[in-house]
Amino acid sequence: MTAPSLLYFRDVAVQYGDRIVLEQVSLAVEQGAFVSVVGPSGAGKSTFLRLILGQEAPSRGVIHLEGEPLAAEPDRHRGVVFQRYSVFPHLSALDNVVFGLDCAGAPLTGRLRGPRRAAAAEEATALLARVGLSHALDLYPAQLSGGMQQRLAIAQALIMKPRILLLDEPFGALDPGVRKDMHGLITELWREHGLTIVMVTHDLKEAFTLGTRVLAFDKPRHFDDGGRAYGSTIVYDFPLDKGAPPVDPATLATLKDRLDPDQA
Amino acid sequence: MKRLLNIRPGAGGRFVLGAAPVLVALAAYAIASQAQHDANPAEKILPTFQAMARQAGVMALQVDPQTGTIPLWQDTAASLMRLGTGLAIATASSLLLGLALGLLPILRGTFGPFVAAVSVVPPIAILPILFITFGLGETAKVLLIVLGVAPVMIRDLAGFTAALPSEQIIKAQTLGASTWQVALRVALPQVMPRLIESLRLSLGPAFVFLISAEAIASDVGLGYRVFLVRRYLAMDIILPYVAWIALLAVLFDLVLSQISRRAYPWAHPAAGR
Ligand SMILES: Nc1ncnc2c1ncn2[C@@H]1O[C@H](COP(=O)(O)OP(=O)(O)O)[C@@H](O)[C@H]1O
Ligand SMILES: [Mg+2]
Repeated sequence: MTAPSLLYFRDVAVQYGDRIVLEQVSLAVEQGAFVSVVGPSGAGKSTFLRLILGQEAPSRGVIHLEGEPLAAEPDRHRGVVFQRYSVFPHLSALDNVVFGLDCAGAPLTGRLRGPRRAAAAEEATALLARVGLSHALDLYPAQLSGGMQQRLAIAQALIMKPRILLLDEPFGALDPGVRKDMHGLITELWREHGLTIVMVTHDLKEAFTLGTRVLAFDKPRHFDDGGRAYGSTIVYDFPLDKGAPPVDPATLATLKDRLDPDQA
Repeated sequence: MKRLLNIRPGAGGRFVLGAAPVLVALAAYAIASQAQHDANPAEKILPTFQAMARQAGVMALQVDPQTGTIPLWQDTAASLMRLGTGLAIATASSLLLGLALGLLPILRGTFGPFVAAVSVVPPIAILPILFITFGLGETAKVLLIVLGVAPVMIRDLAGFTAALPSEQIIKAQTLGASTWQVALRVALPQVMPRLIESLRLSLGPAFVFLISAEAIASDVGLGYRVFLVRRYLAMDIILPYVAWIALLAVLFDLVLSQISRRAYPWAHPAAGR
């Protein structure tokens, strides 16, 4: 028998009252994948990430992480970076990154002291240097640009060495130039740390540039019933590894249309 | 011509603008009281500044032979003790309850409506109950201040805590933080500047409750003195006392504001570091 997939969904549905958001979501993600998730606004992409985080439980279906049922609340094995509010405004950049080590090493005071603090600070400083923030250790988030805040948020998540890193439109609020730098950084970190990443994005080009696989969420029955009572599911699943078949240009055009009419 | 709402005074201009009404009011009072005094020296309603200074000197510098103490300082010490105790209890309990209610949905469901109900009861209406239950001593007066300001502070802090971005709370959990660690390292420090702000806004009501309690049942205190000398229409004592109370309130407000700026620079980004 082969090792279980890192992340496994079987027939998962999410429903609020009688409003179905996601249904029939089945999926296996292998260790080391970089999965991009696209779809129109309201298609349930963030809901999908909240399921993986454990912030929300599925109304139906099964979710496994490394072959075990997923813990029903967020924990240190699943890191996350949101579009905004991912860092703590009251902590310096260094303290933001040390935070996770503080929690692990000081259950009662939540703050490491002495040589353990020094070791944690050293580790955090190295990680901050890696994401290009060596000059900003003592600055508060409000003193950092949007791109620098996202670099900080990534470093903060990586220090816990999560099994899977979840990104919800992490570069959505950044200028195009900054966004390009961030693409380079996240790709490098993904390779260096052997990360498994699930990233939601609005930008189809970003999805295909960064991902080893692209999932498109949408209502499958959108076109014939007006999308009343049905939820979204994975309508396209493009593998982009070496040796994968090329993406059909006609399918891509349809997707582009659905995603964002004025982006096409 | 700029719109009225776009015209901003500079630093010097702001000072002049702020000082002008005070100076005008003082000058008007000086003229009116002098005219009154010239017409009828026995008139007490508008004491001159000289008369007030004389009485203030008596209250602040001379030992009262009956009690063996200096009235102003004895009154101030007694009032500040009550105010400080009441505000300390209110602040501590609103910090604890505000954090707990804001962070824990179970508690919010259980005690939220209770706190909301308590905070709409006019505290002065409870004062007789307090006097009956706890007697006329210090406890009832301190409790009036606590009951008067704490419920509003608790609601304010619980609301503020609950409104912290959920992304932050989730992020902390993905970094391994327990409920306790989220409260201690994420919520508490961010709530502190708001607590100070809330305390500053509570100073006014706290003084109202203090003086009400002292006016009704006390034998020492700023409120007691003002209501005592009212019987003799001693405006030359009342006005300096009122000015002194106002000065104390402004002083506390300034100190709290400075503490917040020093201790929580990240919460005052405009002020720089
Ligand atoms: N707690 C909730 N209660 C009710 N509806 C919700 C809730 N959370 C999300 N939704 C709905 O689910 C749909 C999908 O939301 P979301 O996952 O945020 O979409 P996306 O991230 O793809 O834009 C939206 O229509 C939203 O209104
Ligand atoms: Mg979303």
